[in-house]
Amino acid sequence: MTSAEPAEKLLSPVLSASWDDRRPWTLDTYRRHGGYDGLRTALTMAPDDVIALVKESGLRGRGGAGFPTGLKWQFIPQNDGKPHYLVVNADESEPGTCKDIPLLFANPHSLIEGMAIASWAIRCNHAFIYLRGEVVPVLRRLQAAVAEAYAAGFLGKDALGEGNDLDITVHAGAGAYICGEETALLDSLEGRRGQPRLRPPFPAVAGLYACPTVVNNVESIASVPPILARGKDWFKSLGTEKSPGFTLYSLSGHVTNPGQYEAPLGITLRQLLDITGGIRAGHRLKFWTPGGSSTPMFTDEHLDVPLDYEGVGAAGSMLGTKALQVFDETTCVVRAVTRWTEFYAHESCGKCTPCREGTYWLVQLLKRIEAGQGVPGDLEKLLDIADNINGKSFCALGDGAASPIVSSLQHFRAEYEQHINEHRCPFDPAASTVWADRASVHESATEREVHA
Amino acid sequence: MSSTELGLPALPAKPYPPDVERRLAADAAELIARYPHSRSALLPLLHLVQAEEGFVSATGIRFCAEQLDLTTAEVTAVATFYTMYRRRPAGEYHVGVCTNTLCAVLGGDQIFDELKQHLEIENNRTTEDGAVSIERIECNAACDYAPVVMVNWEFFDNQTPESARELVDRLRAGEEVRPTRGAKLCSFKETSRILAGFADEREGAVDESGAGGAPSLAGLRLAKGEALPGTPGAKVVSPRQEGTEA
Ligand SMILES: Cc1cc2nc3c(=O)[nH]c(=O)nc-3n(C[C@H](O)[C@H](O)[C@H](O)COP(=O)(O)O)c2cc1C
Ligand code: SF4
Ligand code: FES
Repeated sequence: MTSAEPAEKLLSPVLSASWDDRRPWTLDTYRRHGGYDGLRTALTMAPDDVIALVKESGLRGRGGAGFPTGLKWQFIPQNDGKPHYLVVNADESEPGTCKDIPLLFANPHSLIEGMAIASWAIRCNHAFIYLRGEVVPVLRRLQAAVAEAYAAGFLGKDALGEGNDLDITVHAGAGAYICGEETALLDSLEGRRGQPRLRPPFPAVAGLYACPTVVNNVESIASVPPILARGKDWFKSLGTEKSPGFTLYSLSGHVTNPGQYEAPLGITLRQLLDITGGIRAGHRLKFWTPGGSSTPMFTDEHLDVPLDYEGVGAAGSMLGTKALQVFDETTCVVRAVTRWTEFYAHESCGKCTPCREGTYWLVQLLKRIEAGQGVPGDLEKLLDIADNINGKSFCALGDGAASPIVSSLQHFRAEYEQHINEHRCPFDPAASTVWADRASVHESATEREVHA
Repeated sequence: MSSTELGLPALPAKPYPPDVERRLAADAAELIARYPHSRSALLPLLHLVQAEEGFVSATGIRFCAEQLDLTTAEVTAVATFYTMYRRRPAGEYHVGVCTNTLCAVLGGDQIFDELKQHLEIENNRTTEDGAVSIERIECNAACDYAPVVMVNWEFFDNQTPESARELVDRLRAGEEVRPTRGAKLCSFKETSRILAGFADEREGAVDESGAGGAPSLAGLRLAKGEALPGTPGAKVVSPRQEGTEA
């Protein structure tokens, strides 16, 4: 089936529009593409008007939960005499999620401009970027871009007007998925173990150093400058009524052309596959995640689900980070879920019992099933443990750990049973590798881009 | 046998030699000044001591504690929470193979197994010459380039068992190796210094390797009317021009 719409109509590069230009990570190139125009506009407006504009644009958080960004900013108390902080969540570690890292690598200034606008709006004079540590090329570009922005006067003394300074500190994490959870991130940024805090109080009231703090995802903040520059009506003309705007969809796995596809919210996986060459040649879709491993998995029944907050929610999953990890029929679902569960067990911060103990036991059971040593009753036990984690854990990591288990058992119970009944895994892992069908694999996958 | 194994409290760690201590203290002061509260500099300081020794030693922990007015127990509690802080020396080149689900399924598992065999070392161990250590790592936000290998936290995208073996051979032979995304490799210690928050001073390091590979640019190209590889082309491939209808 081919899409009625040509690819150009379905895609809407905004954040990615300059990535094929010369050295798009530099201030010069960014400005040639209208960079820092949004900030100029913002600084002519009253801070509250900026908040109102972002709120009316309908922009929702791109870090996973989809919370309205303007509303989050509005929660910051004013005239409270305390410093306010903006903390950008660049911890990107949810399995499958790979949008903020390429964005920051290609165009770090879009984040810095967004941070300046957000800081103006919430009256913040010191903002932070919490970047996961394992991405040194991105750290290098962020450090350089911040230095450029200081030199150009977008940051530093009087950056937001007379007597209104703005500093940005780039902070590298040290390897811990849980530090993407916003309150754990704040503890980590304060120099502690990254463990989630009890809420309330919410960060807007007592965040970094117990001061009012906004924590936003990279892509959320980077989406703000175009809204200032082009207006909320333009933004709302893209996407759907309740999920307006554009976003980065990250396609990965057994597809012909993995990559970043920026499109209006509400595109479907079928449309994306149609315009990008589909599942890898000779294979068919088996299961996929709409927004990372913590979002319940979908199958080919869900190809036409609109990938916006409401559409995916109504179909029983979550839009999450729009990390579309695609697996074909060669993939053993038990193996996939086992590996994700090992991830959650490894990354569980240990603060609460259901998650710390539950993920451990899930791994034991799953490994046994995968190895063909499962026994009748194991699947019920899996569901029982998952049920004891889901909704009963201290933070959403626990809920995320339960998602792949429950959803895979819902769609592929027979495959689990086959492992138990046949005392073996019926799949050949070699068939799922990218080199399995080497002859038909396209060179493109390894092609390298160099822009001098 | 260490004193803890005998049930005795560990002796306080030795400090750094005075000249090292002075140099690191100056670096630490610069990092601490970037934060409203000094303790926020703890993660950067742990990267800093790792840049000195290749891992976080008891001496390094003592140093961090003294700079921030914390106890060594407080610093240890933090250092052991984060996977990037190593408790034993890393190789000059620390090789991470992503074995989270997507990379694992696309071939990361095989890459890791073959590397282990090839180097004759286990997970989290270093070759005898000290050149290469290997580690299974979690999703590194590069799934569209799977299977992914990191060396000193620079990206080596779209790897195969062959390419990964060749990579570690070249590292051990001391040859110059360039990542697909990132700058020419520096040592693990030098990398840790960047992580601590000090800019990479090497000429051109920031600009190396372009804006990203084909996956990063796929959507933009498609939107501009270029045909993606392996798709039935209604469009003509026209690099960096407006789309041309066939
Ligand atoms: C375990 C866990 C990991 C998370 N990781 C990230 C992350 O890496 N990046 C991110 O932006 N949000 C992450 N989040 C969501 C954040 O807690 C928070 O909702 C988000 O940063 C808010 O930004 P937004 O409103 O702009 O989406 C994570 C949440 C949980 C529970
Ligand atoms: S759910 Fe897991 S990660 Fe979250 S607080 Fe509990 S133990 Fe920690
Ligand atoms: S699963 Fe390997 S980079 Fe995401």
